[in-house]
Amino acid sequence: MNINDLRRRNFLKTSIGTAAVAIAPGFLLFDIAHGKAQAVSGKVRWGMLIDTAQCQEGCSDCVTACNKENGLSGGTSATDSQWIRKVEIKDISSGRKVSLPMMCQHCEHPPCVDVCPTNASFKRADGIVLVDRHRCIGCRYCMMACPYKARSFVHEPLTDQNPDVPRGKGTVESCTLCVHRIDKGQQPACVESCTNKAILFGDLNNPDSEIAKKIRTVASVQVRASLGLNTGVRYQGI
Amino acid sequence: MSGYSPLYLRSRLYYVLLAASGLVALAGMFAVYLMEHHGHIITGMNNQVVWGLPHVFAIFLIVAASGVLNVASIGSVFGKAMYKARAPMASLLSVAMLAGGLAVLMLDLGRPDRLIVAATNINLTSVFAWNVVLYTGMFSLIVIYLWTMMERRMNGWNKPAGLAVFVWRFILTTGTGLIFAFLTARQAYGSAILPPMFIVLSFAWGLAVFHLVQAATYAWNERQHDPAVIERTKHLLGIFVIGSLYLVAVYHLTNLYFAQQVGFVRFILIEGGIYPALFWLGYIVVGNLVPLGLIYWPGRKTNCVAASVLVIVGAFALLYVFIIGGQAYPLDIFPGFAASSSFGDGQIASYSPSIYEFLLGFGGLAIAFILTAVGVHIFNFMPQD
Repeated sequence: MNINDLRRRNFLKTSIGTAAVAIAPGFLLFDIAHGKAQAVSGKVRWGMLIDTAQCQEGCSDCVTACNKENGLSGGTSATDSQWIRKVEIKDISSGRKVSLPMMCQHCEHPPCVDVCPTNASFKRADGIVLVDRHRCIGCRYCMMACPYKARSFVHEPLTDQNPDVPRGKGTVESCTLCVHRIDKGQQPACVESCTNKAILFGDLNNPDSEIAKKIRTVASVQVRASLGLNTGVRYQGI
Repeated sequence: MSGYSPLYLRSRLYYVLLAASGLVALAGMFAVYLMEHHGHIITGMNNQVVWGLPHVFAIFLIVAASGVLNVASIGSVFGKAMYKARAPMASLLSVAMLAGGLAVLMLDLGRPDRLIVAATNINLTSVFAWNVVLYTGMFSLIVIYLWTMMERRMNGWNKPAGLAVFVWRFILTTGTGLIFAFLTARQAYGSAILPPMFIVLSFAWGLAVFHLVQAATYAWNERQHDPAVIERTKHLLGIFVIGSLYLVAVYHLTNLYFAQQVGFVRFILIEGGIYPALFWLGYIVVGNLVPLGLIYWPGRKTNCVAASVLVIVGAFALLYVFIIGGQAYPLDIFPGFAASSSFGDGQIASYSPSIYEFLLGFGGLAIAFILTAVGVHIFNFMPQD
């Protein structure tokens, strides 16, 4: 083995060592971030059924839980983010009052995804509509297009973020259906917090799931059904 | 262009205005820096009125940029010599306004630093993404069109290039109208009449801007405008103003006919405070009736410049009502129900533009002005009749 061969070997060893040191932290961070290697299944469609008869006027446990889970300030000024809000509605002719939570309806045909110029708004295979915060340029066209006013724009610099829920000044955000919890096999924070069990969460595509069975047996509606968006969130009692 | 006489800019006003607009553009950049640093909290925009005054300025500039090319089209496509002499100036003005408008639009983004993301990720179903292609295509086509006019060996290609610009700008303004026409969820928008309405509005606004720039360059060069030319372009402005007024009227009348839209029309035309005031006084009276009076009143010398200024004032009033008023009216998420929430459901949203939005908007106008003034000077685009 001549001196050149030795040099070559040493060079190769050093290169591989350096590459390993450079790549390893990436793998470790991926693990820390709970990244799942397998893609989500398109056979599943996550959805919710909200029973307005069980939803109490004046109760905002779901809103509080959402704010806590996702690191929102909880402020309600015109520039604060509100991923879920309580809406009080009153039938104009009969006067009947209904209280309900309103958030991203996770449409099958989401207008926000259609209009987003950079594909930052996207729908996951399991029906969850999300915003890629690295791609969002903050044009707010999705906010103009959303029929449910479900989206908020981050107007100020943020501090104390939840590492599971990255957010960013100058980008648009909305209910993620607590995707980070769903991916760990948990329920969204609002569902878990509702003491009256007004929100039922589950797989709309699985005929044996509790939500699918209930939707088959009770009358439920999609808000603004005439737009033909096939929402993942449905309501009983309106 | 070699046959053109050199431009003599003896007027000191030219340089004063150039310096002033440079300062305005700088102030606009400062506003952008502050918006970047503090976020959109320092603007009047919020989660209900998500597009504000910068969009009024940007859309005016982009729509007028398309319309100003009419002058070039009438010359190159329809072969009118009088308009053809004005085609280079109109083309330059179009590029300048497009640049100013796009600058405002881009700098108002939440993340203007991600421009490269917008350029490299195109969502084919997004009309915004289409517009990225339409605007860059417009720039390129106008540059080619100018080349065919300025380079004698390319003169033969002038007519095809003019035709391409003619077609492209129709598509471009259709694209601008579609940004709103595709918003089915909102009462104010989602109407197929919006693209043609924007096209005819662009004719009027573009010609008005052209009149002003032409009058200014003639004044700076101490040249007299041929009264016959003023007479003809004045009548063209009158026709465009009437045409756009007709389409705006049809837009509101069709809304008025749908029972579900009556609440919105009442808001925008009668009860909405600033919005009906701006619509009737700003757009109808100042932007249409007075200019039409100035143009068509028999037996008096026409003041084409005054009419053009008023048409532009009316344009801003209409866009403010259309863009801001359209968002201020609440979404009808639960038809038949009165709604209330912490997120403005069922309530008229409030919006008052901040100084930074004005600075950004005027910065865009200043960019368009600087590009035009310098361009006219360098390229010698004075019309030669």
